[in-house]
Amino acid sequence: MLWPLFFLVTTIHAELCHPDAENAFKVRLSIRTALGDKAYVWDTDEEYLFRAMVAFSMRKVPNRETTEISHVLLCNVTQRVSFWFVVTDPSKNHTLPAAEVQSAIRMNRNRINSAFFLDDNTLEFLKIPATLAPPTDASVPVWIIVFGVIFCIVVVAITLLVLSGIRQRRRNNKGPLGVEDAEDKCENIITIENGIPCDPLDTKGGHINDGFLTEDERLTPL
Amino acid sequence: MAQASGIDPLVDMEDDRPKWDNKLQYLLSCIGFAVGLGNIWRFPYLCQTYGGGAFLIPYFIALVFEGIPLFYIELAIGQRLRRGSIGVWRTISPYLGGVGLGCFSVSFLVSLYYNTVLLWVLWYFLNSFQYPLPWSTCPLDLNRTGFVRECQSSGTVSYYWYRQTLNISSDIGNTGTIQWKLFLCLVACWATVYLCVIRGIESTGKAIYFTALFPYVVLTIFLVRGLTLPGATEGLTYLFTPNMKILQNPRVWLDAATQIFFSLSLAFGGHIAFASYNPPRNNCEKDAVTIALVNSMTSLYASITIFSIMGFKATNDYGRCLDRNILSLINEFDFPELSISRDEYPEVLMYLNATQADRLAQLPLKTCHLEDFLDKSASGPGLAFIVFTEAVLHMPGASVWSVLFFGMLFTLGLSSMFGNMESVITPLFDLGILPRSVPKEAMTGMVCLVCFISAICFTLQSGSYWLEIFDSFAASLNLIIFAFMEVVGVIYVYGMKRFCDDIEWMTGRRPSLYWQVTWKVVSPLLLFSIFLSYIILLSQTPPSYKAWNPQYEHFPSREEKLYPGWVQVTCILMSFLPSLWVPSVALAHLLYQHRRRQKDTHLESGLKPQESRSC
Repeated sequence: MLWPLFFLVTTIHAELCHPDAENAFKVRLSIRTALGDKAYVWDTDEEYLFRAMVAFSMRKVPNRETTEISHVLLCNVTQRVSFWFVVTDPSKNHTLPAAEVQSAIRMNRNRINSAFFLDDNTLEFLKIPATLAPPTDASVPVWIIVFGVIFCIVVVAITLLVLSGIRQRRRNNKGPLGVEDAEDKCENIITIENGIPCDPLDTKGGHINDGFLTEDERLTPL
Repeated sequence: MAQASGIDPLVDMEDDRPKWDNKLQYLLSCIGFAVGLGNIWRFPYLCQTYGGGAFLIPYFIALVFEGIPLFYIELAIGQRLRRGSIGVWRTISPYLGGVGLGCFSVSFLVSLYYNTVLLWVLWYFLNSFQYPLPWSTCPLDLNRTGFVRECQSSGTVSYYWYRQTLNISSDIGNTGTIQWKLFLCLVACWATVYLCVIRGIESTGKAIYFTALFPYVVLTIFLVRGLTLPGATEGLTYLFTPNMKILQNPRVWLDAATQIFFSLSLAFGGHIAFASYNPPRNNCEKDAVTIALVNSMTSLYASITIFSIMGFKATNDYGRCLDRNILSLINEFDFPELSISRDEYPEVLMYLNATQADRLAQLPLKTCHLEDFLDKSASGPGLAFIVFTEAVLHMPGASVWSVLFFGMLFTLGLSSMFGNMESVITPLFDLGILPRSVPKEAMTGMVCLVCFISAICFTLQSGSYWLEIFDSFAASLNLIIFAFMEVVGVIYVYGMKRFCDDIEWMTGRRPSLYWQVTWKVVSPLLLFSIFLSYIILLSQTPPSYKAWNPQYEHFPSREEKLYPGWVQVTCILMSFLPSLWVPSVALAHLLYQHRRRQKDTHLESGLKPQESRSC
């Protein structure tokens, strides 16, 4: 009695789920590539988890809240770890449209991936493109920050150099005048000895040295 | 003793010409000027294309017979006459003043486009401070379902260079708009150059310690890193294995001679300017040989580094090619993951070909040969911005290597820019165009401002096409002509005997027979043959360029287009206009002498009748 029923179920199963069936999707997992040594073996328990995740995704779709795990059929599991799956309706007579399954999977892709420790590249749903993550745009691009830093340093350095050049030029202009003042001061110093001012012989203008009597006045004129 | 006009006697005199703080500054400045971007991205390419180690033979022959003699002449004449290029040539003979003016104009043109390359390097440098590097992924398209189509076909690195950096137009006639990102980098580059040359050699002398030595530090770091990468030894052995048959190709000798010529930055006037700030008694013979040898050794050192990294990249690409094929096989035939290793791949392929050939034929399998990847060579900006950036992506710690690499390129280019700017500024200063009261900072500022405004055209969307034109046409022919005039002018016009006497006074030794023979015969002949070969080669191939056109049917290959007529005219003008200074100045001086002689005879004939009357 049970045998015909079992036979019927498997026949229906085979009809609904086979490679390239209507509304069927192929899934490919690359567990060893993703996890290396920590890779787990793909067995029937993992398949049960997968069916549960697909059923969970379908339940999120309006009008499909009654999807059960038994409605998800898997077939043609290979050593690659690839297989086909379909989602049937509660009557188990026909499969749900591919568009519904696709949108459900896309919305919950992250949850499905994380259940298996995989990502979009290692858990592939062929024919279901993944919504790629938005690029993480910093509010200010990094290059502008570095550019601002470098440019500010350069501008400050240029300003400092120009200002120091201007200051040095002003000091150079004042410099020669200062030297002339010192020379004048030297000439105005008159040495005084015994109350008699003695002008040094090498001053400008050839002053007569009053310290010496002239020859004419020593000898009385004849 | 009758002296030519303007040539001061040889004395240990103290004048107010700026001087180097010490000999090291001078040596580093000359080395920095000679060692530039070409040592990194031109020499390894030439080595690779022309039979690896065999290329070193024509290279060193050209160095000994052309590079070092010409370099010695430049240093000696600058040190003797203590003027920039315009002053030196005016002093040697007023008819040769045009050589100095020509060198000055070529240096100006080269400064424009050289700093543009630096601005690209700066852009990449600024963008290397992030992880992951921006050229590692394609940007998403509008739906966010996939990547931008142009990026998918061309590859992430090429897309980043051509689209996100240059935003290149598909045709040189289509100038497009100014790219503001590049414009900002242009401002920063010229501000940095101004900061370093603001007081002439006073400021470049301080900056050169860093900009000349930093590249060597980074090259050493890269050498160590490169040699420890997997695949480095394959790269080195393949690329350095000499292929002696290539020496029969005359193009090898031409390219070796040209490479030595441009590598040493001869005939720019920069070395003359640097040497003019030396004390009069300085052994310029030792300097010339030292600097030329350091330049060549740097080229070799850099090519070892580059080849080891290219070897790594080729091995990496080869491995990825194999992995892609293996993945296709595994996915198609549902083998377990990782069941085919790279070594087993050929056997598995043969087995499948025998058993399931039809299914195999449908797969997009590519043939992977390591030699094909090793043969992919690139020179110029392509090496730095496409090939190397891709290699860096696969090295652990990619951002650090990228920062170091582009920092090294920036300092290399900056030290060459110092030489270029000196060859523009020193003649202006010596000519006394501006009164002495105008401070030096203002004059260098004006020069940098003029250069900056002229270089804005390279930030347009067609800028990189124009840069190629400048690179190919502005410098090559003119510099060869100027170098030829230099040798002829110094040896034959100034006089070999007088030149040898000067050198004996400056260095203490008279130039040996080797110098005299190369100066008199070998170098001028070599230069003349290079000039002829250039003209022949230019006339044989119509000038064309490779455009980046996403609409091209064989995209991502670049579309080969001919230059439009007005661009060809510009190319031709640029190739010989600076050389026209030589005949025009000679002609102008001839006319001036003629008019002066006429005036003299006029005065004489005016005096004669009076004398006869007085008798």
